[in-house]
Amino acid sequence: MKQLVEKHPLAIRWFHWVNFPVLSLMIWSGLWIYWANDVYRLGWGNTTLLKFFPQSFYEAFNIPFQLAKGMSWHFVLMWVFFLNGLLYVLYTLFSGEWRYLLPTRHSFKEAIQVVLHDLGMSKKPLPVRKFNGAQQIAYTSVILMGVGSVLSGLAIYKPVQFAWLTQLLGGYEFARIIHFALTIGYVLFFVVHIAQVVRAGWNNFRAMVAGFEIVEVDPTTHEIKSGPTSGPAADASLSSTK
Amino acid sequence: MPDETPDTTANQAPLRPEAEVLAEARRRSRRSFIGLGLAGLAGLGGWKWLISQPEDDGIPRPLRKVLDANGRLSHAYYKQTRLAPEFARSRARTPRKNGTYGLKSELDPATWRMRVQGYGTSNVQEFTLADVQAMPKVEMVTELKCIEGWSVVVHWAGARFSDFLAKYPLATRSGQPLDPRNPPADLAPYAGIVTPDGKYYVGLDMDTVLHPQTLLCYEMNGKPLTPEHGAPLRLVTPLKYGIKHLKRIGTIAFTDTRPKDLWAEMGYDWDSGH
Repeated sequence: MKQLVEKHPLAIRWFHWVNFPVLSLMIWSGLWIYWANDVYRLGWGNTTLLKFFPQSFYEAFNIPFQLAKGMSWHFVLMWVFFLNGLLYVLYTLFSGEWRYLLPTRHSFKEAIQVVLHDLGMSKKPLPVRKFNGAQQIAYTSVILMGVGSVLSGLAIYKPVQFAWLTQLLGGYEFARIIHFALTIGYVLFFVVHIAQVVRAGWNNFRAMVAGFEIVEVDPTTHEIKSGPTSGPAADASLSSTK
Repeated sequence: MPDETPDTTANQAPLRPEAEVLAEARRRSRRSFIGLGLAGLAGLGGWKWLISQPEDDGIPRPLRKVLDANGRLSHAYYKQTRLAPEFARSRARTPRKNGTYGLKSELDPATWRMRVQGYGTSNVQEFTLADVQAMPKVEMVTELKCIEGWSVVVHWAGARFSDFLAKYPLATRSGQPLDPRNPPADLAPYAGIVTPDGKYYVGLDMDTVLHPQTLLCYEMNGKPLTPEHGAPLRLVTPLKYGIKHLKRIGTIAFTDTRPKDLWAEMGYDWDSGH
């Protein structure tokens, strides 16, 4: 019997959907800035596996010669990115949502199982929970990355006023590398995230917009037989049975 | 658990009819997706509005206002005692020249003078390089940070701008000598520095001017400045990006309002402070 289960609180949906365009614009304006000194690459010695970034990439995304514009956007949107992230963290702390998001000592083992399952190398059913171990690790890591972006950003934005921070992050040039690497991290996160959202299907995606999932509940025991992607919701109203 | 009866549903809210559930799901989905769509359109509209605003020195005015607010905020946090880190002299390198604005005209070192206009007067005092070199020589090995994103450690030597203003009290309205640690109330809020040909100009706040690491610099890496690095005298301050390190100082004037700044006119942050 199909029932509605609340999944994502309204506040978290807002934080999520505000962050998406803001982080995208932060990355775009960041590329405008990075272009002016595009020295990073993957490789060793004279061997370059991947240059950040090839000219064709710059041209495709209209990157060259926009340093001033990039900095102005970056230093305006940084406030939105920071405040939205801060409010999200405070919300998860005070609402108790952090309990679903923070990894536990079982998360790492579970994350390996999830990865094996998603790669088709394991047939064991995944844990039915709001966020499985892999998700807990991913969603907590990405918040720590956000903290890292804010701190490394501050370290290269005001390297004298926050000289202690810049030193702590390995100096001005290394802080810039950290700032850049974290950005690449977001892009990789985004790729995996989108792939997982597509895999998980409509019910799961709709929950990030409308807040609820539809689950199949046993009419006699009220047990959730198939949460399409995840089980017990935040309010646990339908899942109190043992 | 052994004592648990099979029927635990008694304590629970009864399940709702499926048709009702699905109707609610449709209603809430429609409402939420329309809401998200509208929020997206509103964001897009806000962005269009922003980029259609009249430009203020190369960027839309609202962006410029936020940059200026950022500048005021970092000023409120600023402390004269915070110093840029120094490095071992062995790490010093020659920086890129990166442009010849203000350096294209011929310069005769023998007739060169630094012209300084006293605050609130039209009197201009002229100084030779020897006048600047007569003050205590300060050496520092700091990181020159270009706004493009690269940085290089450089060994600079020169006179502190603040020492110069203590000896020649041109930055106060009353003409009082100046103690950089305890600046008088009638101190000018800004200084504008211009090359002899007037083609390169920067504006500085007085906090930066009086910072102990802000130099009227005449030596780089142990040698007198070369013309392309700003001979005979240039500004060096690790408190700002390289764009403010004006080469070949011509005129200095003290003002009540922000002096014009070449790179700020091209869309960069006026403060550009570290």
